[in-house]
Amino acid sequence: MLAQTIATPEVPWSLLWPFLLMALGAVVLVTLTSLVPSLRTRGFAAFYTATMAVGSVVSLYWIWNRVQDEGGRIVVLDGALSLDYFFLFTAGTISLAVFFAALLLDDFLRREGLDGPEWYVLIMLSAAGGLMMAAAEDLIVTFLGLEILSISVYVLAALHLRRRDSQEAGFKYFVLGALSSAFFLYGIALIYGATGSTRLSEIDAALFISNARGLTPAEDSSLLLAGMALLIVGFGFKVSAAPFHMWTPDVYQGAPTPITGFMASAVKVGAFAGFTRVFLAAFGRLGNDWRPVIGAMALLSIVIGSFLAIKQDNVKRMLAYSSISHAGFILIGLHSAGSIDAAVSALGSRSVLFYLFAYTFMVVGTFGVATLVGRHGDGAHGLADYAGLSSRQPILAGLLVVLLFAQAGIPFTSGFWAKFGVIEAAVRGESYVLAGAAMVAAVVGAYLYLRIIVSMYLTQPAVEADDVAGPGPIIMAPAATMAIFFAVAATLLWGVLPDVGGDVLRDAATSFLR
Amino acid sequence: MVELAWLIPAAPLIGFVLILVVGRRLGEPLAGWLAFGAIGVSFLATVAVFAGLLAEEPGERFYVQTLFEWVPAGSFSVNAGLLADPLSITMSLFITGVGALIHLYSIGYMHGDPDFSKFFLYLNLFAGSMLVLVLGDNMLMTFLGWEGVGACSYLLISFWFTDAANASAGKKAFVTNRVGDFGFMLAMFLVFYEIGSIDYGTILSSAPELGSGVATTIVLLLLLGAVGKSAQLPLYVWLPDAMAGPTPVSALIHAATMVTSGVYLLTRMNPVLAVADGWATDTVAWIGVLTAFFAATIALAQNDIKKVLAYSTVSQLGYMFLAVGVGAYVPAIFHMVTHAFFKALLFLGSGSVIHGLDDEQDMRRMGGLAKLMPITAMTFIVGWLAIAGVPPFSGFWSKDEILLYAWNENVALWAIGLVTALLTAFYMTRQVILTFFGRTRYFDPTAEEITAAFDARLDLSEAAARQAQDELVAAHAGVEKAVADVDKRTEAVEIAATKLNDAKAALAAVSAEDDAHTKLAKALEKAEKAVPRAGENLSKAQGSVAEANAEVDRTSERLAEAEVAFRALGARRADLPLPATHVTAASVPPEVGDLADDLPASFDERQEYHPHESPWTMTLPLLVLAGAAAVAGGLNLPFTKDLHFLEHWLEPSLFGNETKLMVSSAGKWGLALIAIMSAVGAIGAATAVYLKGRIAPARIERPALARAWYVDETYARVAGGPGRSGFELAALFDRRVIDGFVNGVASAAGSIGGSLRSTQTGYVRNSALGIVIGSVGVVLWFLSRLWTS
Repeated sequence: MLAQTIATPEVPWSLLWPFLLMALGAVVLVTLTSLVPSLRTRGFAAFYTATMAVGSVVSLYWIWNRVQDEGGRIVVLDGALSLDYFFLFTAGTISLAVFFAALLLDDFLRREGLDGPEWYVLIMLSAAGGLMMAAAEDLIVTFLGLEILSISVYVLAALHLRRRDSQEAGFKYFVLGALSSAFFLYGIALIYGATGSTRLSEIDAALFISNARGLTPAEDSSLLLAGMALLIVGFGFKVSAAPFHMWTPDVYQGAPTPITGFMASAVKVGAFAGFTRVFLAAFGRLGNDWRPVIGAMALLSIVIGSFLAIKQDNVKRMLAYSSISHAGFILIGLHSAGSIDAAVSALGSRSVLFYLFAYTFMVVGTFGVATLVGRHGDGAHGLADYAGLSSRQPILAGLLVVLLFAQAGIPFTSGFWAKFGVIEAAVRGESYVLAGAAMVAAVVGAYLYLRIIVSMYLTQPAVEADDVAGPGPIIMAPAATMAIFFAVAATLLWGVLPDVGGDVLRDAATSFLR
Repeated sequence: MVELAWLIPAAPLIGFVLILVVGRRLGEPLAGWLAFGAIGVSFLATVAVFAGLLAEEPGERFYVQTLFEWVPAGSFSVNAGLLADPLSITMSLFITGVGALIHLYSIGYMHGDPDFSKFFLYLNLFAGSMLVLVLGDNMLMTFLGWEGVGACSYLLISFWFTDAANASAGKKAFVTNRVGDFGFMLAMFLVFYEIGSIDYGTILSSAPELGSGVATTIVLLLLLGAVGKSAQLPLYVWLPDAMAGPTPVSALIHAATMVTSGVYLLTRMNPVLAVADGWATDTVAWIGVLTAFFAATIALAQNDIKKVLAYSTVSQLGYMFLAVGVGAYVPAIFHMVTHAFFKALLFLGSGSVIHGLDDEQDMRRMGGLAKLMPITAMTFIVGWLAIAGVPPFSGFWSKDEILLYAWNENVALWAIGLVTALLTAFYMTRQVILTFFGRTRYFDPTAEEITAAFDARLDLSEAAARQAQDELVAAHAGVEKAVADVDKRTEAVEIAATKLNDAKAALAAVSAEDDAHTKLAKALEKAEKAVPRAGENLSKAQGSVAEANAEVDRTSERLAEAEVAFRALGARRADLPLPATHVTAASVPPEVGDLADDLPASFDERQEYHPHESPWTMTLPLLVLAGAAAVAGGLNLPFTKDLHFLEHWLEPSLFGNETKLMVSSAGKWGLALIAIMSAVGAIGAATAVYLKGRIAPARIERPALARAWYVDETYARVAGGPGRSGFELAALFDRRVIDGFVNGVASAAGSIGGSLRSTQTGYVRNSALGIVIGSVGVVLWFLSRLWTS
């Protein structure tokens, strides 16, 4: 009898390859390197992780074919995970971020004299959490993914043993993350109370029924609204949207630079994937209730990100504020995605997905350059450390210019199309305030990136940067350089030809249309 | 034939890729020939497309070639396509034609440059981008080309980027153009929003349905873009500085092609201009005519041969804006074509002069080059007659058309345009005279050399004075020594006298028989002899004192002389007869006289240098362009309707938006006569001033003009003054308000009690507080939904 009550769902292993590669891959890596000390050389772990990331992308392609055969969606594990186009797209983006992180980390660890496969293990585990968030069809699974994602990153942030800043960053991130998780979990509880389920499709069905009975959800249940509010807090923290952004500058500045890049790419994509899925798949019918909050958060994020960035003198801190502002732009897209108008909603989802995709390349490349410029000790991140970079490392400076142009949204970079898509969706949805604010903020925000460019091209270093007492020369480490080149190439490719792979994007954007 | 349209921009872009890959290996001059071949193919393709369009009925001359689906993003769908119509093919013809000639010219001009292949790399990329700009079938393609030419311009201005001035000029062009691009982008978004497409085909056909307010906004935004790219008031400042780049670049980019893209864009969008409020097009016309006048005044007083042409270009572009503003699109394009010929010719001619004179750009150091560089001079003179508006050269016809339409619109526009034409004839005549006629001032000693000669002289004279001073000191020492000697001798005389007296007394005291007597007598005798000897010595010493004193007198006289000479030289140096700031062709060489021998080596080396005519790769383009500049007026002769070739050809691109002239035929003749008379009058006046020296040039070349009305200084002061105070204000706000807020929260929280304190700025508790406040806000909002429902 017992066997019946805890019947385990059927596990379609072949469809879970991306999760297996990341989660089990991490376990295998830590086991292998413990058992076989000769594999503890630094290059192996990086190569292994990059291979896993590539494998994940390949397996996603295979799953894509399967999903297509099944009409666009396969729900597995008794309704825990939904494998659909949206998942495939975001999971692909997360895998790419892992690939880049592996390339950047390898050189970083060599330079800093740090050891160990633990970095890679944690990155893969964290990515597994991100994949889970992207696919989660149940709020509990979303929470599980969120925690797997976050806890690994807390440790990663603190993992630079010789830098006090790093440990401080990890600690802060952990304390505040725990707080936001509490909010999130409480939100799930309230929603369960209101609808009797944590499954997204069932929440949606419950809302449909109350709709059909002619009730507004508010009449139906105030618990539901309070629960949604708390979920927004939890997600808002993870995507570093204002007013839940305050940890971001400290943590971005303190964390080891490649890890910051990983946080800004994989973590952000994972969190936004969960955010979008939950609010479109479960609360899609309540768009009118939650959209104004999202809009307000978007405005606040853009304003805070664009304006407070201006007074910073630390490049990593600047980029932290810029990532807050980017989160605001993506929220504008989410705001449109919540629209009842199917065309606007599709445009909004599409803009969110393209923004995440384009931003991943930009931000990984940018932090890649910051990793190299940080030099031994990972401390040279002041604006002054970029002075005269154009004459010392002209190639690196040129690559950074492209990446910064992209972040600023200059045409013929992918960043332009990302911002354009968000604004276009807002205009179609007649959210003129948001669209206008986004345009103004894009112009103000450009000042931040120009400051870095001006520093590189128009100022001379105060002291001879390559002298013995300084942090040493900038070493163009091969793997990191390759990663930056990839990132720039992708940024330019999708800048000039924004519709490459447009079909995949369109499919992914319509996953939640009713 | 029209199907070849894709090849027009593709050929130079392929050339670009080839040079990018193998350019360094090809080296000089193969890379240049490859680039020339690429643009040549492009020219042939353009001719083929042109022929193909001619074969069509006039109404059918609108060929769109879709290359691929570029941005099918949602509702915003854009194809990468080319549009071959009379307007774009006219532009392409002179871009590729003049471009090919300038490529050829550059092979000679860039000879020996270490970055030879890189130069052609940029040049081909520029040509490709420019062709994408004019041939694009939608605004985004045009914008792609627009940014591309901007980037190439920036790269080519800073080509010799080791020179700080060049690099900074490149930056100036870059920044100024960003201001204009902003206008273009907003215009594009607005068009898309209003019309739902940015294809020219759709825009042009649905423009008449636009509201006048929207159309006005679009026109003003496009104007902002055009003003930046085409260097009009107030964004013209970058163009004169752009002359820091190699001369072929100035000719191609900053005279013939890129700077006309603003005019092209406005002409292309003529149906929108037609719908816009009248004041929008009036703004275009007034910006144009004021720029034309303003730049012409500055050109009057420039001494750099290229700066004159740069301001002249700004001025001529102003004419084109004037034409567009009054709805005279055909004259605008007509002038664009003739201007491309004669201004490219003038720039290349100036480049030939600079090349032949060993990189001299100052016209005050030229003169009389007609004999030394006959081809350059002859072709330059053709260009001068064309720009000055002397019939039958091309510039006369196109400028006269513009003035005619200006008269038709507003007499004030015509009057300012006419005065500008007069100024143009004047400053161009000045340039031709200073460069090619009169005395060859190249061999004259320069101000620096004369100063150096003087300095050499001064050094010598100073050395002589110092020597005299030393001698005087020595002479004084001699006198002292002689005086001391006299003292010693005087003492000796006294001693001798005393000794004589002693000897006399001793002898008197001793009897004669004494043995000592003889001895004493001898001593007396000796003492008696010593006295006159001492006397003699004394007088000799006294003599040498007199001699020493005379020596002192002599040396002090010499010192005084040296000092006088030194002072005189110094005085002469202070008001050196430097070559006059304002020269006329007849001015005499600076008076150097006795200084000639002391002129530095650079002077002698220059005497050995022979200003020479440039190689055939440079003179051939000059000859071809001169031919074109002379006869291009034939494109649109005003005499009978049949001769309006350009007008008939462009008709399909203008949708009947060309303004109708309300001027009688007699009026036309009268206006033409006035224009001819003013041109001839201005040429005569300039000849009187610069060749005959009737009036001092200084009375015309005011410092305010030479310094371009102090606009650059003012911009710098505003950017550093009020602009900076704006920044300061923002920074103050930042410090006081934002920091104050943050610190206020921090101290409020800090007073509640201690908790985790970080080594950095942020407190964990503050962040947590922020999260809590935010959460309360979000929850409250949702609860407010409850209360309101």
